[in-house]
Amino acid sequence: MLRFVKQHMETIVGVELYPMVSFLIFFTFFVGLIAYVIMMKKGYIKEVESLPLTEND
Amino acid sequence: MEMEKFNYDNEIVRKFIIATVVFGIVGMLVGLTAALQLVIPELNAGLQWITFGRIRPLHTNAVIFAFVGNGIFAGVYYSMQRLLKTRMWSDLLSNINFWGWQLIILSAAITLPLGITTSKEYAELEWPIDIAIALIWVVFGLNMLMTIIKRRERHIYVAIWFYIATFVTVAILHIFNSFELPVTMLKSYSWYAGVQDALVQWWYGHNAVAFFLTTPYLGLMYYFVPKAANRPVYSYRLSIVHFWALIFIYIWAGPHHLLYTSLPDWAQSLGTVFSIMLIAPSWGGMLNGLLTLRGAWDKVRDSAVLKFMVVAITCYGMSTFEGPMLSLKNLNAISHFTDWTIAHVHIGGLGWNGFLTFGMLYFLIPKMWGTKLHSQRLANFHFWIGTLGIVFYAIPLYWAGFTQSLMWKEFTADGFLAYPNFLETVTQIIPMYAMRALGGTLYLIGVFVMVYNLMATAKSGSFMKNEEAEAPALAPKYKPHAGEYWHRALERKPMVLTILAVVAVSIGGLVEIVPTALVKSNIPTISSVKPYTPLELEGRDLYIREGCNNCHSQMIRPFRSETERYGEYSKAGEFVYDHPFLWGSKRTGPDLAREGGSKLRKPNSWHYNHFMDPRTMSPGSIMPPYPWFIEQDLDVSNTAAKINAMRTLGVPYPEGYEDQAVADLNAQAEEIAADLAQGGIEVAANREVIAIIAYLQRLGTDIENEGTEEVVSNP
Repeated sequence: MLRFVKQHMETIVGVELYPMVSFLIFFTFFVGLIAYVIMMKKGYIKEVESLPLTEND
Repeated sequence: MEMEKFNYDNEIVRKFIIATVVFGIVGMLVGLTAALQLVIPELNAGLQWITFGRIRPLHTNAVIFAFVGNGIFAGVYYSMQRLLKTRMWSDLLSNINFWGWQLIILSAAITLPLGITTSKEYAELEWPIDIAIALIWVVFGLNMLMTIIKRRERHIYVAIWFYIATFVTVAILHIFNSFELPVTMLKSYSWYAGVQDALVQWWYGHNAVAFFLTTPYLGLMYYFVPKAANRPVYSYRLSIVHFWALIFIYIWAGPHHLLYTSLPDWAQSLGTVFSIMLIAPSWGGMLNGLLTLRGAWDKVRDSAVLKFMVVAITCYGMSTFEGPMLSLKNLNAISHFTDWTIAHVHIGGLGWNGFLTFGMLYFLIPKMWGTKLHSQRLANFHFWIGTLGIVFYAIPLYWAGFTQSLMWKEFTADGFLAYPNFLETVTQIIPMYAMRALGGTLYLIGVFVMVYNLMATAKSGSFMKNEEAEAPALAPKYKPHAGEYWHRALERKPMVLTILAVVAVSIGGLVEIVPTALVKSNIPTISSVKPYTPLELEGRDLYIREGCNNCHSQMIRPFRSETERYGEYSKAGEFVYDHPFLWGSKRTGPDLAREGGSKLRKPNSWHYNHFMDPRTMSPGSIMPPYPWFIEQDLDVSNTAAKINAMRTLGVPYPEGYEDQAVADLNAQAEEIAADLAQGGIEVAANREVIAIIAYLQRLGTDIENEGTEEVVSNP
């Protein structure tokens, strides 16, 4: 499958960097996101998740 | 802390609810009519304004932008005020949003049946309406962002993130896909051509599903499901991952609508990979919605609201699993161009959007009118007949899609197509079309029952135009807690969140679209491909006006079953002058990419008779007759302007050719008329039928001329 990708992409100068950069963007983003989510404080979550239920109506 | 008194604006919500219901019924009725036309082709009663090709876009636009669109506004205006503990920033903007949106819908309802269309799916509306959409959308966004800024609640609940992402992404998609060069007030040509146009269109089309039918409704799910179940969402952590992963990944998946087409393979592969990745956030969201009901499933038994929501979320889960599966090349080879796709989108449309809307309405109306639902029994009846409607709609179409695809691909032992006549594969599935119409009818009956039930509910209560509320004002300077994480701070800064959402959705779009536009080798040019003659160009515009692309593709995929049936597979270089591209997405009729080529070419008289009454040439055909082609004169008043516009877009008509164009057009028309006369058909050369025949006879002829070798020009 990669053969198709290469064939069209190899005309771009410095194309070898693309997959590495893409991988790094995604990897850092999702690892960061998951790390953040795990480290969230319980009390804060309790407060925000009950927002739809605490309205005064 | 001092409490501030204020009012929630319920009036704007009421207006949007009424519009949701009214346009829901209209859109579904148009859909039902279109469905029945596939069974009874004469159903357009000889009227050009209501042929399938013209009302199919009317149906899709009505249900997406009028029904779901108004549903989004109703839900957003209701939930946002309450989540932020404030009235909408500006009642004036709220009302401009409402009336502007209804005017846009009205103009769509007028222009689409008149054949005023760009032909690009879910973006058919012509350029003045496109501008109006952009303006009204900005009004909505401004009102929303300003409301967020003057809120009384420090934290921004996840539902509102989904609303923000919806606003910014739809704006980006709409603007980029609507780049078009106006020729007249009601006619424009897409800025992009061929492969690029297709890529931009499906980047838009796919993300219209993602950011118009999905993200705003996920926002509504995160608000209304906890509300109806009276318990917080299952996992707030998961909702954060859901949000960022979904908007980050969704935007890349568009090319899966173009598998096996002339789109460069790398872009196709990218679309597939990201589509598979989408299962994770989609199912994360679905489970988050369903698990909100953990330990409270007994409530579902008694609450029609929750019943609708549970089925809606389940349908969301089914279609977001099916979608990635359909983006695998081997499955897509079977499903694409068939009714399988139609079944798939209706699981999402009828199930996810429809049922979530109904659940929301059954929740909101008793609440806003301060009363109880008129009849739980009727609501339950609606639930069951609606569910049955979805089943009766989808199963026959899955069956039809699968059957037809297998028939297209079947070879005899001697290596010939088992069903060389395309029509055989259509007549085979007409009973399924009839069943589908039955399913749609059941669904619609349910909607009528709901309307009665909701009206009776409203009658029994009294509407609270302004709902009183109180909340403390936000302290002007917020001191972050020690050790506060970045995301928590981010949540309090709506503008930063908005910008990050733009960045997240822009990356995918840029990576896909920019190389296709810049890297020349992506679209190898073919020296024998020439611009259309003026007559063919006018014929092409008739093809667009009639919405022929709603039933006929112009894209032969590189399968033996297709090259055997239609001829050489389609090459990217063949479409370089196609503003817009007309590949189509569904084959209710055969592919026309090589209709004029040596393999399929038919005499002019065949086309003439076929337009007069398709069944004289193809017994059993479900194509409607187009007698007005023969009665109406071709409008050549804009031909010169069209040639100019095309030249601006890069089509190599020589300078000054516009002055000669009409003369050339007439000469070519005379030739065709003379040929028809030889066959005993007397028709004036200035009739529309001549132009559409010229266009069809041109299709696929270019690469048969000399110089067929592909010349790959390096960048």
